[in-house]
Amino acid sequence: MDWGGIFSSALSDMLGPSAAIYALAAVGLNLHFGYTGLLNFGQVAFMLVGSYGVGVSVAKYGLPLSVSVLVAILVSVVLALLLGVPTLRLRGDYLAIATIAVGEILRLFVNSSYFEPLTGGSLGLTDPALAGSGPQRLPNQGFTELSPFVGGKTYDFGPLHFLGSDLWVMVVTWALVILACVLMFLLMRSPWGRVLRSVREDELAARSLGKNVFSFKMQSLVLGGVIGGLAGVMYTMNIPGQVPTNFMPEITFYLWVIVILGGAGRIVGPVIGALIFWFVFSFLGSFLTDLFPGANANVGAVRIAVVGVILMLLMVFRPAGILGNKEEMRLEVR
Amino acid sequence: MRRRLLAIVMPIMFATLIALCGGGAAFASPAASPATAHPDGAAAFGQSSSHLVADGSSDAAAPSSSSGAQGETISGTLMAPIGEGGTREPIEGVTITVSQDGKEIGSATSGKDGKWQIPVPHAGTYQVTLDVKTLPNTVQLQTAGKETLKGLVVQPGFSKVALFPLVKQGQGTGATGGGGGSGQLEYLISIFITGLRFGLIIAMTAVGLSLIFGTTRLINFAHGELVTLGAVVAFAFGTSPLQWPFVIAIVLAVIAVAALSGLLEFALWRPLRKRGSGLIQMFIISIGLSLLLRNGIQFFFGPDRQQFQQATAQTQLTWGPFSATPMDLITIVVSIAILVGVAVMLQRTRMGKAMRALADNRDLAEASGINVDRVILQVWVIGGALAAVGGILFGLTSAVSFDMGFRLLLLMFAGIILGGLGSAYGAMLGSIVVGLVAQYSTVWFPPELQNAWAMLVLVVVLLVRPQGILGRLQRAG
Amino acid sequence: MKSDDDETGDAPAGFASMTAEGAHAAAAEGADAVASAMDEGEAIDPSLAAGREKVLHAQQETAHELSPAARALAGVTAEPGVHKPDPILVADQVSRRFGGLTAVDVHRLEVQRGTITALIGPNGAGKSTFFNLVSGFDKPTSGTWSFNGRDITGMSAYRIARLGMVRTFQLTKALTRMTALENMMLGATAQRGERFLPSLLRPSWKGQEKTIEARADELLRRFNLAHMRDDFAGTMSGGQRKLLEMARAMMVDPALIMLDEPMAGVNPALTQSLLGHIQALRDEGTTIILVEHDMDVIMSISDWIICFAEGAVIAEGRPDDIRSNHAVIDAYLGARRALATDGPDGESDGGAGR
Repeated sequence: MDWGGIFSSALSDMLGPSAAIYALAAVGLNLHFGYTGLLNFGQVAFMLVGSYGVGVSVAKYGLPLSVSVLVAILVSVVLALLLGVPTLRLRGDYLAIATIAVGEILRLFVNSSYFEPLTGGSLGLTDPALAGSGPQRLPNQGFTELSPFVGGKTYDFGPLHFLGSDLWVMVVTWALVILACVLMFLLMRSPWGRVLRSVREDELAARSLGKNVFSFKMQSLVLGGVIGGLAGVMYTMNIPGQVPTNFMPEITFYLWVIVILGGAGRIVGPVIGALIFWFVFSFLGSFLTDLFPGANANVGAVRIAVVGVILMLLMVFRPAGILGNKEEMRLEVR
Repeated sequence: MRRRLLAIVMPIMFATLIALCGGGAAFASPAASPATAHPDGAAAFGQSSSHLVADGSSDAAAPSSSSGAQGETISGTLMAPIGEGGTREPIEGVTITVSQDGKEIGSATSGKDGKWQIPVPHAGTYQVTLDVKTLPNTVQLQTAGKETLKGLVVQPGFSKVALFPLVKQGQGTGATGGGGGSGQLEYLISIFITGLRFGLIIAMTAVGLSLIFGTTRLINFAHGELVTLGAVVAFAFGTSPLQWPFVIAIVLAVIAVAALSGLLEFALWRPLRKRGSGLIQMFIISIGLSLLLRNGIQFFFGPDRQQFQQATAQTQLTWGPFSATPMDLITIVVSIAILVGVAVMLQRTRMGKAMRALADNRDLAEASGINVDRVILQVWVIGGALAAVGGILFGLTSAVSFDMGFRLLLLMFAGIILGGLGSAYGAMLGSIVVGLVAQYSTVWFPPELQNAWAMLVLVVVLLVRPQGILGRLQRAG
Repeated sequence: MKSDDDETGDAPAGFASMTAEGAHAAAAEGADAVASAMDEGEAIDPSLAAGREKVLHAQQETAHELSPAARALAGVTAEPGVHKPDPILVADQVSRRFGGLTAVDVHRLEVQRGTITALIGPNGAGKSTFFNLVSGFDKPTSGTWSFNGRDITGMSAYRIARLGMVRTFQLTKALTRMTALENMMLGATAQRGERFLPSLLRPSWKGQEKTIEARADELLRRFNLAHMRDDFAGTMSGGQRKLLEMARAMMVDPALIMLDEPMAGVNPALTQSLLGHIQALRDEGTTIILVEHDMDVIMSISDWIICFAEGAVIAEGRPDDIRSNHAVIDAYLGARRALATDGPDGESDGGAGR
């Protein structure tokens, strides 16, 4: 077994574009769950609208990248409002079910032949039909043009190897992650963040003290959703040929694992979680492939099953994350 | 004491009941080969091909039980009419073309066994044309002008069978007007039957989920996997290589899933409750469990959809405007029987009353001497058994796959919330509505969106009447 | 299984029995909490004992010499729905039905400004439901009510709180994973830093934050919680949480504070301290409405008592009027006798969180 190769690819994946994208989406989810206590099980829906928002704008309508990103942000805001209005006044579990359902509804719609002229249906964003009579554009065209790296070239950093195209996505996405974390830090030390945490602890108490709980939940849902939408934008920058099957509900579950691994309600929790998650995920993949060569489907299944086990064990034994502090953990068990 | 015994025996009785009916299904089409099942069906289809459009899945069975094709296909088998000696010969070399909106998707030529199969890119409505010129001179279409089947609906993940009834040269009929208004009515009725069948399956699985929620407040995200497991276990025992009698396979599956469900309560949920774990915590654990079970099943079962041999190519029965396959009828009758059984159990037996009491007020139930742990264990066992039965029926009417239960899960939630969270009867009613909405949406919208519309019902309910049809408004807060 | 099928199974039909037994369970809970608070060996500092002496002394005094609040009510007839000289809260025809059950049906209820007004009544009499209604945590079937002369019918809970009418909960709602100080600072209203964009600019709210912190510290000291300032509220004992909740409510600067069973589950030593705080608040001009079950407590500190039974107000008056009121004795003590074997009573329909 090629341990060196397994470790180096696991390390590369740990820092790679996917890890960065998941970290960004998880920062949004952490705002929802970790700070506000919202049970958002449809974070993938925000990634989807961000992804398709930018992709369709570029590939179908030929809008410039900057405008397309704004479109992606706008649709994320709209989605958050649509989700929040019916569910935020209800008990938390309604939001959980509604968000996961809306994620699936969106995926089915984007996938359907009905919307194929707009979304490329099951063929995805690189469906040539999207461009109509105009020239065909890749959804990430404007983005790659800005890259200071040579797309096809491999850049080496000690044991780590990255393609130039990946490197560009990584740099931008990790920069966004850092920005998002700084934003979280600023928000959470402020009275605004204090109200959010009080909503997480007990929304009736917050209401009895004159806080407009609905408004704060909505602000949290919108902001976290926009961050998820931006993760979706970077997802499309990474994979221009985005297809609906890239937005299965499992992605949201991975994001939950990431948030809980790193510790919900911690600024850098999602980042730590994403690093660990992708290291383990990638390691398992290569390890199992080496162990059972030629059994790709089974390797995928076992890998996800292991994620399930990790999620269960975490929730049973370390609900405050692997770095969570003891005192807080004791309080967590409610 | 005797009553309690009765209540525990009940799930097993259900299992036996459905097993008997399942066996009946196998008898209804004595030779489960699609080839011999065609002649009777052909007559029915000859009159009105709209049945084909209407019924999404029951007659969508792929021609061969071992067809493991993932993704959607249209297929069929061309057989000559019964000749001397009662045998039918396959017809080779006939060209069949699939198109959509005038665009050709693909074509195929029937093989030595008369079979043809054309993959389609995704679920949707297609048009299938048989090239009459490639038919041998000895046969012709039963109805002239029926060489093109329009509006053939392929469901997501299913193989759709297109039937071209053939008769001996000179025995066909002209394309007489027929159909018309009555065709539309038949269409709507057959959609009702399919929708009802689908809704009842959802209801059966949702009742268990709802009871579990009612008694423990846990949203069990792994409930879908119990459904899958029911179908998969029955499939494992009931088809080759084991090929045990289907009745036994079903009973075993129901017992196995009920036992697993009880075991999970005993070894996982109960200890967690005793530790005072939060509901959110347990909800997330159930998601982890769902990932584990679903992918575990995929590991053993494989990623492909498979058909029960017992359910392939059913004969369509017709009474006036009503038509249904025996499997439709069995599913509907069995599900209604089981749901009524559950209602009687909840209303009459000591166990059922204890369940309702627990769902209503846990403290009070505990104070009045109800053994809460035991009642919850019973709920899990019954919920597991119902899920398994629902899974088997779902597998029989569509196909068995590792994620079938997961796809059903969101529809269960939709049904439960529509009916009113926490109300078992609400879950039944809501689920049936969801099933009907899913099917009727195909009248106006592409069939691949039917689940999306059903889930949209959920969102609309939350907007308009969050407590659901039968739910009570929460007190304060 | 002592209670058989019919009673527990058909729960809606047996609602009356349910509330009674639910109360039983709640009472058991309360008793446990007391016991656990005792187990924890809550520090009873000497000042507290001294405070107790003072309170008792003050109580004896009120018996002879009337407080200003009591004097204001001197001429008021003791009858249900009676008009008060200067009401801060007025409820008119307020009713709340759950299905077929009428939980609250109050024709007229006025609360005099600057008094301690107690709501009493047997379990399920509708006291807590009434609390939930007027504080905006539940929607009434019918009725109107006003606060400080302003109609606040149907207003959302947070707006009512901002107007200066703050409530606490029967089951304490300390924000467990926030420190005592954070709990307190949350209570301040009109914080600039609670708006999204200004929250990012620290200078815009830093000054106000300092002022709020100073006030929070002062209140923490006053409620003997200063030593727990930076501890998570979740680590506090039940009694300390009650204190924290009351102190937090004071951060809102309320004109009227509604306390839902502030003594439930609090150990006896702390009870006296709580009573002292409540009286001190009244003397500073805050109006207090109190739901409480301990008759001794109520008789000793209330200026006015309103008795509920089956959702309606059956009697009103000064403690002496109530003591001798036959309707109260029938409704309240009759029910008490039935519960006497069950120990101290709690209320099953309280706690808006249920």
